[in-house]
Amino acid sequence: MNNNVLIGYKKRDNFVDRLTGTTKLIGLIALSVIGMVSFDTRFLLVLTVGSLVLFRLSGIRFREVSFVLSFITAFSVLNLAAVYIFGPQYGVHLYGSAHVIWQGIGPYNLTWEQLFYEFNLFLKYIFTIPLALIFLMTTNPSEFSSSLNRIGISYRISYAVSLALRYIPDVQKDYRQISKAQQARGNEISKKGKLTHRVKAAAQILLPLIFTSLDRIETISQAMELRRFGKLKKRSWYAQRPMKKNDFVALLGVAVVVLVGIYLFRVNGGRFYDPFN
Amino acid sequence: MNQKQGISVRTVVAIGIGTAIFFVLMRYIPIPTGVPNTNINLAYGFLALMGAIFGPIAGGLIAFLGHMFTDLTWGEPWWTWIIADGIYGVLFGLTKKSLNIESGALSKRKLILFNVYQIIITILVWGVIAPTGDVLIYSEPASKVYLQGITSVICNALSVGILGTILLVAYANTRSKKGSLKEES
Repeated sequence: MNNNVLIGYKKRDNFVDRLTGTTKLIGLIALSVIGMVSFDTRFLLVLTVGSLVLFRLSGIRFREVSFVLSFITAFSVLNLAAVYIFGPQYGVHLYGSAHVIWQGIGPYNLTWEQLFYEFNLFLKYIFTIPLALIFLMTTNPSEFSSSLNRIGISYRISYAVSLALRYIPDVQKDYRQISKAQQARGNEISKKGKLTHRVKAAAQILLPLIFTSLDRIETISQAMELRRFGKLKKRSWYAQRPMKKNDFVALLGVAVVVLVGIYLFRVNGGRFYDPFN
Repeated sequence: MNQKQGISVRTVVAIGIGTAIFFVLMRYIPIPTGVPNTNINLAYGFLALMGAIFGPIAGGLIAFLGHMFTDLTWGEPWWTWIIADGIYGVLFGLTKKSLNIESGALSKRKLILFNVYQIIITILVWGVIAPTGDVLIYSEPASKVYLQGITSVICNALSVGILGTILLVAYANTRSKKGSLKEES
């Protein structure tokens, strides 16, 4: 819990950092949605390479994210294994042909189609990682909420998002304090304890955590009310930055990628790129 | 002067702080089940409470944003489950009127009805909506996502049923009961 605080904005002076939050937000949503829908391997490969290049440009150090990367890799491998165990013939079903590499037992053989399908899944799992990390680590939280407001989300909700980002570290700190206090009283919550003990101990941490936070909601909302939050239709943002030429270039790039993705649906006659027929 | 514009300040703050807690619960204290990417999430018990206090808008946004931030820190925004989570939060918010938790009285009957309701919406959201989205959009094998779905149904129903119920009762006890004050004669 201590070594992987990821929502941590640090100023890095480079191309990616200077883009406005609006651009990065639209880019992240648009690219992750098109990558989610598309099953064109070539397109996904280009997306993956592109996002790795952006990651390089953003100047985030590998060791800042290595912990998360190792975790995600483990999860992706587990997921791919689960896909094979539950649907060993799914690739064959999708592509309508079977090129067997290795004849196994019952349905559990190995086909190129299955490998290819799982490779597609793998690309889908990983291509968003650099993008999401760039977004989290190079966007100033206050600027992020102003960007939400700019893309048309009501400022009350944008402000709620910025409150959330502001209070995540506080809640973490509270959680850590309460859990240390409970551990001092002999409640084991780490992996060493038994599962039933851990669940019970977790509940004993949660109650104080949640009830102090409910009090906090009252305090903060009264403070905001006193400052006349929400009385007018609009508000201005201290952290807002104007869109510059680079932002429009980047957005144009995102638009081109999305259009290519959509165009490929027509070329392939569907979402799947089929090299087998 | 005091006309209502959109959601109240208290709801705004509840969404903010609620999202922060949901995020911390989901991100840092999940209890793994053994099925890939499926955990026992204490966050859902908390979500049930927030929905019951602050209503559908807060419930939906807390779940949606909290899940989105969690996924972003793992690098994989899994949109189908994020949206399913938002729907789950809204459905919890709908209990606000009928539970009427602010009035301080939570009868056994209300708690049982709440648990029946939560089991129904858990099955609807995690057993039907989320996995079907995975099959349609991510095109994953149905048997795999439905196994993940069923596991989450069990975990989430347990989390809400145990932790959620405890939280609801504990919160209701902090509210003063309606009519608890009598005029002295």
